[in-house]
Amino acid sequence: MNKPLRRIAIFCGLLVLALLARDNWLQYVQADSLAKHEKNRRVTIERYAQPRGDIIVDGKPITGSKSTPGSDLKYKRTWKDGPMWAPVTGYSSQRIGATQLESIDDGILTGNDDRLFFRRTLDMLTGEKKEGGNVVTTLNGAAQKAAYDGLKGRGKGAVAAIDPSTGAILALASTPSYDPGDFAGNTNDEAQKFLDLDKSKDKPLVNRALRETYPPGSTFKVVTAAAALEHGLYDGIDEKTDSPLPWTMPNTTQPLKNEGDLPCKNASMREALRVSCNTVFGKIGSDLGKDKMLETAKKFGFNEQQFVPVRSNASNFPEEMDRPQTALSSIGQFETAATPLQMAMVASAIANDGTLMEPYMVSELQARNLDVVEKHSPKEMSEPLSKENAQKLQEMMETVVKSGTGTMAQIPGVTVGGKTGTAQHGVANSKNPYAWFISYAKTDSGSPVAVAVVVEDSDASRQDISGGGLAAPIAKNVMKAVIDSKK
Amino acid sequence: MSSSTTHTSTIGAIGAPSRRNTELALLAFAVVIPLFAYMNVGLALDGKVPTGMLGYGLGLGLLAGVGHIVVRKFAAYADPLLLPLATLLNGLGLVIIWRLDQSEKLQQRDNFIQAAPNQLKYSAIGVALFVGVLLLLKDHRVLQRYTYISMVGALVLLLLPLVPGLGMNVFGAKIWIRIGSFSIQPGEFAKIVIAIFFAGYLMVKRDALALASRRFMGLYLPRGRDLGPIVMVWAMSILILVFETDLGTSLLFFGMFVVMLYVATERTSWIVFGLLMSAVGAVGVASFEPHVQQRVDAWLNPFSDSTLAQTDQIAQSLMAFGSGGVLGTGLGQGNSDLIGFAANSDFILATFGEEMGLAGVMAILLIYGLIVERGVRTALAARDPFGKLLAIGLSGAFAIQVFVVSGGVMGLIPLTGMTMPFLAYGGSSVIANWALVGILIRISDTARRPAPSPAPNPDAEMTQVVRP
Repeated sequence: MNKPLRRIAIFCGLLVLALLARDNWLQYVQADSLAKHEKNRRVTIERYAQPRGDIIVDGKPITGSKSTPGSDLKYKRTWKDGPMWAPVTGYSSQRIGATQLESIDDGILTGNDDRLFFRRTLDMLTGEKKEGGNVVTTLNGAAQKAAYDGLKGRGKGAVAAIDPSTGAILALASTPSYDPGDFAGNTNDEAQKFLDLDKSKDKPLVNRALRETYPPGSTFKVVTAAAALEHGLYDGIDEKTDSPLPWTMPNTTQPLKNEGDLPCKNASMREALRVSCNTVFGKIGSDLGKDKMLETAKKFGFNEQQFVPVRSNASNFPEEMDRPQTALSSIGQFETAATPLQMAMVASAIANDGTLMEPYMVSELQARNLDVVEKHSPKEMSEPLSKENAQKLQEMMETVVKSGTGTMAQIPGVTVGGKTGTAQHGVANSKNPYAWFISYAKTDSGSPVAVAVVVEDSDASRQDISGGGLAAPIAKNVMKAVIDSKK
Repeated sequence: MSSSTTHTSTIGAIGAPSRRNTELALLAFAVVIPLFAYMNVGLALDGKVPTGMLGYGLGLGLLAGVGHIVVRKFAAYADPLLLPLATLLNGLGLVIIWRLDQSEKLQQRDNFIQAAPNQLKYSAIGVALFVGVLLLLKDHRVLQRYTYISMVGALVLLLLPLVPGLGMNVFGAKIWIRIGSFSIQPGEFAKIVIAIFFAGYLMVKRDALALASRRFMGLYLPRGRDLGPIVMVWAMSILILVFETDLGTSLLFFGMFVVMLYVATERTSWIVFGLLMSAVGAVGVASFEPHVQQRVDAWLNPFSDSTLAQTDQIAQSLMAFGSGGVLGTGLGQGNSDLIGFAANSDFILATFGEEMGLAGVMAILLIYGLIVERGVRTALAARDPFGKLLAIGLSGAFAIQVFVVSGGVMGLIPLTGMTMPFLAYGGSSVIANWALVGILIRISDTARRPAPSPAPNPDAEMTQVVRP
């Protein structure tokens, strides 16, 4: 009986060998893909096993972490003033996932980033627990508060404020907002809250400052004015323009109307901007033609997504259009659409004497011990207009605030330039218009802030909606907050 | 056989040293290694040496010590590896079960109980049974007398869970019975009892089965009256198990049956025959049993949505193994509790996989391999056909069980729902496997025990070599 016994012994050996082979396949060959499998909860457990690093504004964290006993996900995210900061931070939910900075810099915040590898290895050897690093933002707390408080009373809207000389984003507000702390955890309740927010018709989860494009209305006229100066259509801002009134758009029988009875006939560009003449700027756009307009718009950043590092939607200046459409586009109508960030970039390029800096909102990524992992240095993006032309435009915009439609934005002792906009939209312009205001402030040491404000679907009655009345006061408060915080 | 003076009738074993001290030294390791593992888990979970460590060490040491003393006294020539290997596995299993007891996720389950104290109790009962086997069973050949009683016993054991009021349906398998507060899985014991029946029957019938056969299509088929009873018993046990939806045990019995038949008759045709039958059986059962279909489906597509909705155990187990990688996360630092209720029983190997990594699992598998090969060696060394058959039956069953469970949790074969011998939580399993090791040790003792020195042969003196 020994011969079959020996064979059985070999058979048993083969069984064990098969198991060993399978084990090697599982734990060596496939180990990585299984460990990182989308359904492997360990990935989530690992992510929330230690307090998350913080997002920092003005040297202070606006986020925190809270331990969650009774859950395998040990720490959840908390926010200070969640609704105010949500457009900056995004959310980080144990159940839903993360967005915006919380998602983009997740590696730093969780401590898993490869750039922290050396540190992590050291910590492992010394037995230190893994810790997340910090994301230091460029935001200005006071400006953000001014922006958020201003919008809160106005329903839906957004604010983007930029430091023109560097491109650093100072405020990024959007209302209605949401509190990311409401669904940071992993309970069904919190998941439901998220679903409710997601389905809400007010779209509180949308970051309007970066992701929503609106017709920019009259605020776009500064771009048209810049195109006129850059392409030499008119050299002086006080030179009479060739602007009949009424003006019928080329190849049509349709007259372009102004809002009210304005002194627009052959008005200078300064005057036309001051009172916001559609006829003057419509004709300028039409005279320049779509290619020149498009060229200038693109230099200001239109038709391209911006990464700050959060992605913004691309603003739109149409590439294919006939002459009347070009005229309409040049006054911010037809298919022209811009994000608040884009319009803030326009204002900041003008305030910065023609140089557009790349907008950004993360100045530094830090390891937990405050070692700098990555530092952002300001970068020039383009030069949409020359210094001289920029200064001419500044004069025009300052006139708007001094004695035009933008007087509500005046700040005593500070030079302010701005442009209002009231953008019609909806079928046959039936909906309440969007109130726009773009502006910059200037002090002796240059311009510290440029800002764009949009207020949509305000509860105010239709006649009362104007960029000057609704949006300008918010812009003023934001600029004032920035200037005050610099003192 | 080489020398006429030693009167050897079997190979090698005669005159083997007892190796009891080797066993003692190995036992020390088998107690100390789990003890360190226990400390490791405590340090990882709470940052301090666990308070139960002394008690645990004493408990395991006591069990090992009692086992050793009894072996030394009553089975002095037994194989020195079996007891330490079983102790090591039992000890490591206790540590991991204790470790899973600390899991918050498992504690939140409705029917959570601290499993480790129970397991320690079961281990003690198991060792008591081991001692009982060695004390009562002076010679394994006694078991031959109970061939037919074993047959009845095995069938009764298998039928018990189907008795109304006694059987319990747990997670779709009707393989438990409840007596008072105890729940027992009679199948685990039936494994041993049926091996005794097969060994006893085959020993008597092996010649008839091997020789009195008719040739049919190239295969030698035995006469019905020789094979009939054994096929009947086997078929009944398979049928019962199918009714109880305990596929792992059916497979185990079938494999054991084929192995023992092959060894008894020395005819390869049995293997072919067995494989054919198992293929037919598997396809047949799978075609009408939804339980089996689910398992096969889960095995083929562990991460498909329908599988995850049914039971994500297999997927969780695979991810536990994957997350462990080569060196593992370290004891107490994994998340194998994600597997859920079976984490400490059917799926305990996944915890080893995650926390001790590829290295740890290979070590565990090799320990099992060693136990099996020591069992086969015992069969080789045994001098009587009954002992050979019983030893190979038990070790074959052990090997198949290890293969079926580990293969199942590692996704090599469909999951069948059996427990890792010694490692897994479960009283019946631990107790039955200790009894199994007891029997193997008894057989190996008989096999290795030096034959009594022959009486002096008065003729020897007078034998003369006559040279030409």
